[in-house]
Amino acid sequence: MKIHEYQARNLFIEYGIPVAPGNVAQTPEEALAIARKSGFPVVIKAQVLVGGRGKAGGVKVVNNEADLGAEFSRIKQLNIKGYTVERLLVAKAVDIKKEYYLAVTIDNIKGDVVVIASAEGGVEIEETAKTHPEKIIKFYMQGNKELDEARWVPVAAQLFSDPRLQKSATAILQKLIKLFFEKDCSLAEINPFCINGEGNLIAVDAKIIIDDNALDRHPELVALRDMKYEDPDELEAKSKGLSFVKLDGNVGCIVNGAGLAMGTMDGVNLLGGRPANFLDVGGSSNPEKVLNALKIILRNKDVKVILINIFGGITRCDDIANGILTALKQIQIHVPLVIRLTGTNETEAKALLTAAGLTTFTSMRQAVTEAVKHTR
Amino acid sequence: MSILIDQNTKVIVQGITGRDGSFHAKQMQDYGTKVVGGVTPGKGGQDVNGIPVFNSVKEARDKTGCDAAVIYVPAKFAKAAVCEDIEAGIPLIICITEGIPVLDMVEVKKALRNTQIRLIGPNCPGLISPGKCKIGIMPGHIHKPGDIGVISRSGTLTYEVVFNLSANGMGQSTCVGLGGDPIIGTRFVDVLKMFQEDPDTRAIVMVGEIGGGDEQLAADYIKRFITKPVVSFIAGRTAPAGKRMGHAGAIISSGDSTAEAKMQILRDAGVIVVDFPDEIPQALAANLK
Repeated sequence: MKIHEYQARNLFIEYGIPVAPGNVAQTPEEALAIARKSGFPVVIKAQVLVGGRGKAGGVKVVNNEADLGAEFSRIKQLNIKGYTVERLLVAKAVDIKKEYYLAVTIDNIKGDVVVIASAEGGVEIEETAKTHPEKIIKFYMQGNKELDEARWVPVAAQLFSDPRLQKSATAILQKLIKLFFEKDCSLAEINPFCINGEGNLIAVDAKIIIDDNALDRHPELVALRDMKYEDPDELEAKSKGLSFVKLDGNVGCIVNGAGLAMGTMDGVNLLGGRPANFLDVGGSSNPEKVLNALKIILRNKDVKVILINIFGGITRCDDIANGILTALKQIQIHVPLVIRLTGTNETEAKALLTAAGLTTFTSMRQAVTEAVKHTR
Repeated sequence: MSILIDQNTKVIVQGITGRDGSFHAKQMQDYGTKVVGGVTPGKGGQDVNGIPVFNSVKEARDKTGCDAAVIYVPAKFAKAAVCEDIEAGIPLIICITEGIPVLDMVEVKKALRNTQIRLIGPNCPGLISPGKCKIGIMPGHIHKPGDIGVISRSGTLTYEVVFNLSANGMGQSTCVGLGGDPIIGTRFVDVLKMFQEDPDTRAIVMVGEIGGGDEQLAADYIKRFITKPVVSFIAGRTAPAGKRMGHAGAIISSGDSTAEAKMQILRDAGVIVVDFPDEIPQALAANLK
């Protein structure tokens, strides 16, 4: 789960990571009150969960009250990659002397938490990583949850020649690591991590991504989710135990397992059709899931046929068959259903569906071909 | 022959008293797997389908001499379950559970360090050596004994592939489902090595998907060390960029982890990459002559 910069910044404050004075504002009046408290110049930044807000004109340094009002209203009206701006962060502009990069994240292949640091922070960090990998420092936690200072101090010395800054950076990193573990982050990033006019280190941006699988143990973080960035159908699907992503085709797909669901979409495409969605009913299916899946897919008026492709493992084919039969009784299905069932309890499932007058397929290619035919 | 498991493998089931655990314990037993015990804390002394239930893995290990454990417990207990196996020295752990927090897996990885213990999964279908032993949730009847080794990051997509192999008379030595999570115990490279060394595996089928960098590492390994034919299918060519598709690992993180890029890298390494799962048997046949 991505959270906004101002929310990540609040977590930084909670953990004692230095940030410029400021706050989030929804109205020009709120922005003005914050700016008066922190003092001009201030930087105002659109709070959106998509990249490229700077290039879109969503970040501006303003020097006085008149400019603040005008720029605040201008940014509030921006549309950044399809998203409107609801809030802006207003913070005292930092007199940046030098930009660094500091992040804590997970190296999946090593299965370890890694600190990534660079003396060349800023917007070009990804480019730097590609062209000058030697300028990116990677420090592995080796399964530990606290910084091993004996190992880290020589690394800090590569970034900062001044011992005072080495010490300060180490203290900030310790706080960032603590936040990372305590809040189950998959990313905690400061970019740019700056030396300001007073020669102190300060976080000028804040980016945090929380592990969705860990949200159960962080009720306080669940509230930070910005529903505007969630598709209502996808959210509803999730609440029903389904994984759903809407696409722009017309073959509705209900599949068990993410890999087969993607494979089914690819198959539809390969055989001349276009998938309308990704939908994974997950494992341990109950008949209710199929009903809910059909309801969500049928809301999409582009859908001309629904392809149900189930390869039973932990999902039992007879559960799916019962779900289909329940759905046929409860809701109006105005498009053809193409059903493919193979695997656990396949015989029982086919008997149930055949008794109800439905045709089933055993081969995925045949079922996909049949489904695509209905879109012609 | 087969890799990792065979007819002598003795398995315990963690979470055996739950819905999935009890159902699949029976399915495994019916397949012929030696299911020698189950573990559910507080339910020791009971039995499930005649399988004795123990309170702890250590007790189960001491009393049954098991050499593999399969985990069906809910996500929030999964880390403790795997760590209990590691503590008890179970050499092969298969974790079926999905939805485990990533930082829990970081702890599991730490516990695995400096041990010879192999973890398969989590969020995986398990593994099967057809006709000998099945540990996991895959439907046993679609498999046939034979000499094709199958490795996959997916569950149901693996069944699709196996179904097509068996239908074309191509049996499998072992099929390993690695799991769809970002941090997993065993990766393509580990299993490629085992299949290369297994005298009874003649060819390898590798099923990958978008996201992550495992297929790229596999391609590099295949180019250098694998002499047996490898056929691959990569899912997710029509998946929209950056969209989460259920598997936490299946996120497009860079241009290199798209399905098309992976297919190209694998082709460059000499792998035969097909467009549809049912094209795998023909591709294998052409390369096994």
